[in-house]
Amino acid sequence: MLKINNLHVKLEEEDKQILKGLSLEVPAGQVHAIMGPNGSGKSTLSYVLSGRDGYEVTEGEATLDGASLLDMEPEERAAAGLFLAFQYPVEIPGVGNMTFLRTAVNAQRKARGEAELSSGEFLKAVRAKAAELQISPDMLKRPVNVGFSGGEKKRNEILQMAMLEPRMCIMDETDSGLDVDAMRLVSDGVNALRDAGRSFLVITHYQRLLNHIQPDVVHIMANGRIVKSGGPELALEVEENGYGDLLAEAG
Amino acid sequence: MSDIAVKDMQVPQVSGTAKAPDALDQRLAALDLPKGAFAAARADALARLRAMGLPGPRDEYWRYTDPRPFNAPEPAAIARIEGPDSPLFASRDKLTLVFVDGVFDAAASDDLALDGIEITTLANPLGAEWADGLFGTLEAAGQSPVRRPFAALNTAAARDGLLIRVTGKPAKPVHVLHRRASDKADAIWHHLIRVEKGAELTLLETGSVGARSNGVIEVDLAPGAKLHHITAKRANDAKVGLSHLFARVAAEAVLKSFALAVNGTTMRQESVIDMVGDDAVAHVAAAVLGDGDEGPFHHDDTVFVTHGALRGESRQVFKKVLKNGATGVFQGKILVKPGAQKTDGYQISQALLLDEASQFLAKPELEIYADDVKCSHGSTTGAIDEDALFYLRSRGVPHDRAIVFLVLSFLADALEEVEDEGLRDEINERLDAWLTGRGRA
Repeated sequence: MLKINNLHVKLEEEDKQILKGLSLEVPAGQVHAIMGPNGSGKSTLSYVLSGRDGYEVTEGEATLDGASLLDMEPEERAAAGLFLAFQYPVEIPGVGNMTFLRTAVNAQRKARGEAELSSGEFLKAVRAKAAELQISPDMLKRPVNVGFSGGEKKRNEILQMAMLEPRMCIMDETDSGLDVDAMRLVSDGVNALRDAGRSFLVITHYQRLLNHIQPDVVHIMANGRIVKSGGPELALEVEENGYGDLLAEAG
Repeated sequence: MSDIAVKDMQVPQVSGTAKAPDALDQRLAALDLPKGAFAAARADALARLRAMGLPGPRDEYWRYTDPRPFNAPEPAAIARIEGPDSPLFASRDKLTLVFVDGVFDAAASDDLALDGIEITTLANPLGAEWADGLFGTLEAAGQSPVRRPFAALNTAAARDGLLIRVTGKPAKPVHVLHRRASDKADAIWHHLIRVEKGAELTLLETGSVGARSNGVIEVDLAPGAKLHHITAKRANDAKVGLSHLFARVAAEAVLKSFALAVNGTTMRQESVIDMVGDDAVAHVAAAVLGDGDEGPFHHDDTVFVTHGALRGESRQVFKKVLKNGATGVFQGKILVKPGAQKTDGYQISQALLLDEASQFLAKPELEIYADDVKCSHGSTTGAIDEDALFYLRSRGVPHDRAIVFLVLSFLADALEEVEDEGLRDEINERLDAWLTGRGRA
């Protein structure tokens, strides 16, 4: 599904290399986790894949189902099935959550040549999915993320994910700022979306999220590269011993 | 309509105010000063105007807006707007009063009878004895400390307007619909609105008037009275326009004024609010979209709020979205007089510049002579928030549509000042249509 090959990325504004030959493959239906110390380039990876400005790819490639992601506009990547759950979802005053979400859903459907959802169809779908995530009708009516608690913002991200039905979901530290109950709600939401045709790349600092969303593969990232990959036990090892030994081992 | 460039207009050169009387004589000679009703008030206004003269280029209060288009004896001709009236508020049950080039058109208007409100006109003020001794006085009071010669000119020269006395709570809003008939009309109209104790009115204004327009609204709010005033100018209209709102707000009275302007207009809008009673509330707001490609866009909001009583609450919320060389101006002042304790004054003016060719000029001022007040002001000029833009696009919202969302988001605070949710939604929908090119009017 997602293939990243020898990706080199620097900041556009300054001569600072962030990703230094990162390679990774997430097959369909799998959940991969990326862990790594601060500054290893995890968030940069998520932004470069989703098309944020400010980064320059100097070498390498990234494809989604064979199509080159790096040449596409952010909205084209979204229509191709990529979704980034933000670490810090952005507040947009004056734009209703529902209006935004319906525009996004229908823009993607239109881009893919599918029929747009009528307001009735959309309303029915969004209400059902919101209820599963314990998102109140009031939250749906409010402006995008305005006045939402940290947990509500993350649940709203998962609601968007559920409505947009992406094939490849990148989650950037979705667990940050969540209490235990909110983490369970978010994880249940993600687990409900797991299926054979959908993959996840879960970026996290902590193993605890991976108790709820169990990964097939765990990657350790350091200094702009994947330095070690393994099963879920790798996350436990990090939790137990920190990154020190692993990084030393990887040289 | 883009050939009406202000800077290209041929007008007499005036330097400073010393030679202004000459220009004023020419200006007055081109007017047909009305005779008859309110003769004393009009004569006073003419005397005020003669004493003040017309503003010159060095006039501090006209530093950001060129007064020449307003000083010129004749307006430059502009094209008529073809097609139907703006659909804004079309679905709303309202009492519509049509003005053509600033003159009331009874045949095109609804019947004036409505419970709780008395409506007559300036040209035919039969039965409006209440207006004697009031007409022109709020404008006169608003000449200090800042002179506003075009308002005095208006009181002297206005051919028509509404005289509205509200005694109850009319079941529907009054809607002033302006239409343009002549491509050279120099439209001057003057409304006087008196809202009696505890009475309420919603006043809507739409449409376009004159190649040049000069409108004055005097609003006298008795204790506990309420006026909700919403004006939405015709979009993409290249006219030159000037308007003044003079309001006197008595104890516990509420004034809410919101203006919407879209493209193509050279406009100066002055609001002069005098909070004379305790616990008075006054909110003035505007949402302005200016695209220099649709004409040499220049929009000036000039506001003066005076707190002269206890616990007054005032808000000024002005938002401008500018592109393709458009210019936005904001001059806003809060004056708190001695003894006006517990005043809560707030002022924000913000511009969203969609390119580097556009500019926003702001002059916020506070002048406070009471020691127990809460006053704040802020002014910002910024570009589209790249984080928000990326967030929207990452969800599949196309770039241009995402910009529309962010423009609406930027304007939201100003639209919040439209109290009626239905009216606010309608304005939002029109804005959305304009921004996405689905609507032109």
